Formats: sequence, C-alpha cells, structure tokens
Amino acid sequence: MGIGGSETREPALVIEGLRKSFGDLDVLRGIDLEVAEHEVVCVIGASGSGKSTLLRCINLTEPIDDGRIMVGGEEITAPDVDVDRIRRGIGIVFQAYNLFPHMSVIDNITLAPRKVLRLSRADAELQAVGLLERFGLAEKRDAYPDSLSGGQQQRVAIVRALAMRPRLMLLDEVTSALDPELVAEVLNVIRELASEGMTMVIATHEMAFARDIAHRVLFLEGGAILEEGPPGEIFHAPREARTREFLQRIIDAGRL
Amino acid sequence: MRRYSWRALLVAGISTLLVFGVIGLVAVNAPGWEAFRRSFLDGDNFVESAPRIIARFEVNVRLFLIAEVLILAWALVLAVVRGLKGPVLFPLRLLATAYVDLFRAIPGVLVIFLLGFGIPGLRLPGVPNDPFFWGVVALTLVYSAYVSEVYRAGIESVHPSQEAAARSLGLTQLQALRYVVVPQAIRRVIPPLLNDFIGLQKDTVLVSFIGVVEIFRQSQIRQQATFNFTPYLVTALVFLALTIPLARFTDWLVARERGRRSGGTVDATSSGGRRGRMWG
Repeated sequence: MGIGGSETREPALVIEGLRKSFGDLDVLRGIDLEVAEHEVVCVIGASGSGKSTLLRCINLTEPIDDGRIMVGGEEITAPDVDVDRIRRGIGIVFQAYNLFPHMSVIDNITLAPRKVLRLSRADAELQAVGLLERFGLAEKRDAYPDSLSGGQQQRVAIVRALAMRPRLMLLDEVTSALDPELVAEVLNVIRELASEGMTMVIATHEMAFARDIAHRVLFLEGGAILEEGPPGEIFHAPREARTREFLQRIIDAGRL
Repeated sequence: MRRYSWRALLVAGISTLLVFGVIGLVAVNAPGWEAFRRSFLDGDNFVESAPRIIARFEVNVRLFLIAEVLILAWALVLAVVRGLKGPVLFPLRLLATAYVDLFRAIPGVLVIFLLGFGIPGLRLPGVPNDPFFWGVVALTLVYSAYVSEVYRAGIESVHPSQEAAARSLGLTQLQALRYVVVPQAIRRVIPPLLNDFIGLQKDTVLVSFIGVVEIFRQSQIRQQATFNFTPYLVTALVFLALTIPLARFTDWLVARERGRRSGGTVDATSSGGRRGRMWG
C-alpha cells in the first residue's frame, strides 16, 4: 500500500500527548499519532468525539493546552513559531466550504497564492486553471460561489486549499453538508488526491469511503484514540466493544 | 381582491384630503396667518434670495465632499483597530475605543466651536486658522466616530468562518480583514452609511457658527437684510431636494439587499464559531 516508504524518512505529522479542553470540557485527552508521508488516515467516531477539534489543532486554528505537534519534523506548537507560515503548508477544508462569496471562483483560488506566496496574477491563474481543469470545474472559473451546487463549492474549496501546494491536507467532514447525490463527486476528488500520494487526515462519517481509501483508520471516542488499524481490521474485526457498537449503529442507519 | 384595492385607494385618498385639508384650514384661519404669510411666504423675496442662497450651497457641498472622503477612510482605520486581536495591540484598541466614546458623547456643535475658535486662539505657528478647515476637521472627528461603529457592526456581521478560512490559507490577520472580511462588510453597511451621510449633509450648516459663510449663514444674512424669513424656506427646500432622493435611494438599496439575503447566501454555518476565542 506504499505507506511511508523507507523508515528513515521524517513522518509528515507527529502528534504527542495532545490535550485540548473548552472550559471544563476535555475535548482531546492525550492524542498520540504519527502519519507517514503519502499516508491517508481517516478519523471516525461519533459527533462530539473530537474529530474536528483534532484537525483544527493540527492547523493551529485552535490553541492547544498540552502536547506537541510536528509537521515535516518542525514543531509547529513551539511558542515562537510563525503561525501564518505553518498554516500555508497545511491545507484544511471545512464542512461548510467557507468560500468567499464576494469573489469569483478563480479569485477564491488565487487570493492566497498571490498575497501569501507572492505569485503574479498570471502565474496564480495559470496554476488555478490547471487545477480547475483537473477536477472538472474549468467552466466555473468566473462563476460566483452562490451559483454553484454544494458539491461544486466543496470541490472549489479543495482546489483553493491545493493551490497553496500543501504538504498535508486536513478534510473536516467535507461531505456532511452535501445532498447525498453530490457526495460522490467530492469523494472522487479526494480519491484522486490519495492516488497522487497526498498526505491526508480525513474526519468523515462516510464509512464505505473510509474503508475504501484509508491506509489506516482511527476510531476516536471521548477525545482519545480508542482503536486504530488498517480499515479491514477496524471495520470487519474491531477489537473494542465500543468500536463494534459504533459501527453497528452506522450499519443500522444503513450507512455501511 | 381588485374591488378591495379600489376601495383601499379611495379611502386613502379621502383620508389624505381630509387630513391635509384640516391642517390647511387651521393654518389659513389662524389669527396670525396674514403676518405669517408675509414674513415666510414672500414670493418676491423668494425669487430674489434664491440665486444668492443656492450659490452659497457650493460651500456646503465642498464641506460635505471633503469631510465624507476623510470620514470613510479614518472611520475604517478606527473600526479595524478596534477589532484587532492580540494582547500587544491593547493600547491601540483602548485609544480607538476612547476616541469613539469621546466624539460620540460631545455635541457636534461644541466640537466645531472648540476647534474653530480654540485652536486658532492658540496662535500656533503653521497651524491654519481658516474656519472652513476647522469645520472639515470637526465634522470628520465627530462623524468618523459614528461611521466607525457602522463599519464595526458590518465587520462583525461577517461570519467568523470566513476569517477562519482566510487564515487557514496562510493570510495574516490584516490580509484576511482587507481581502475577505472588510469587502463583505462594506457591501452590507452601505445603506446605514448613506443614512449617516444624510445627517452629515445637514450638519454642514453647523459650521456657519464659526464664521463660514455657507447656505445657512447666507440665508441669515438675507433675512437680516430684508426683515423676512423667506430665505430660510429657500434653504429648507434646497436640503429637501438633495436629501429626499438620497433617502429614497437608501431605501431602495436596503430593499435590494434584503431581497438578496433571503435569496440565499453561501454563508457557512457550523465551523468557525466562537470568534473571540480564536487565535487568542
């Protein structure tokens, strides 16, 4: 499955003892995780298990309370680190797309490359058009977000993150806000990214998709990783009773 | 349905006629009506005063245009500074907040008096003592305090997930404001901004108190020269002619904006949240 390549390579992402609480609520209670380069890790678990918070901590959107996060060997949670520089290298896509409604698709995509990476408009647009063509959105370059379907908007949001050439992509339940018939087009984009070797951490409720795409699946419960392993193991022979219960609920709901 | 609307039209027409008829009758039959008509509704005076008074309106227009540009820029700076996050910037936030509190608290006329008479009175070398200059400064100081609050409301109405998305792409806080938040905010606050500018247009007459001969001062001069109040009527009509179209335009913009919003926006809902907490 091509995980990680040689063992001497620096892992793409290392998390040690990550803790995060909102007031009295401990959302993450000691997460340890290593993600190899080109690895696709799916995070599953009930709502409120901490999936989104985990991704937001990796992106430094949420300040963490304890622990360390290393991306490409650099500790991004060090106190004197330049947050904006770190975020540039980590793409995150949200459940609610969060496209900029006052900008056309092409401007949504080229804003950060132009302002942050200082690309010229021509270079940024060339790159953006290439990405749009690859994901079947070429004719939408001048459209505004509110004229696009949810699936198209989410694909544009993924392209927008890719335009920063991130070394790590975080996908936070990117299909949860979509009508069922629009889910597939977004999942296909993610599949393509995986096949190209993009390192990804994906929080998802799409179990079939996770089983299909993940090299490794984490089951999060109460802010801790209860069980992890290759998808075949987690989905077909889970060790923990809680994992079995969770999966049974999903199966009962007809989603696996 | 159709019958009903005809009836409604008829009722509205009759009641309007009645109300204005009664008001008119009361006025015309008032004991002082003849004296009032002579001193406020003098046709000859009107024709003679109008050109001179209207010509002076140019001063108000200049006051208004210069102040408006300054207010739009300065108020945006104030609003952005007040919204900046991070403990290091606390003194700046404090200053901006104090400024807004101060100039919203003091009546505009007082600011105009204090600046227009006070600062030239200091006789500082190199400081202008032109009342027009200090009029513009005073109007800018007072109105930028109000307008910055309008901007701020607009900025806060943009969902925090927009800023989160911008920051996640590596944009700095200022870049996120400049390219993502503020452009959306300004679109939303154009109607209330226009409202404030209707107020500003009218308040340009306050500058007459420190010696600028603008439309109001000019009508005062005419009144004193002719012992007749008709010149004030001219001034009132000039403001009506300018302000009512602007007010209607503002209403139209508000209605259009409302139509757009209900037409469905793409604002994100779930992620983001908790603006105050992000990035401490």
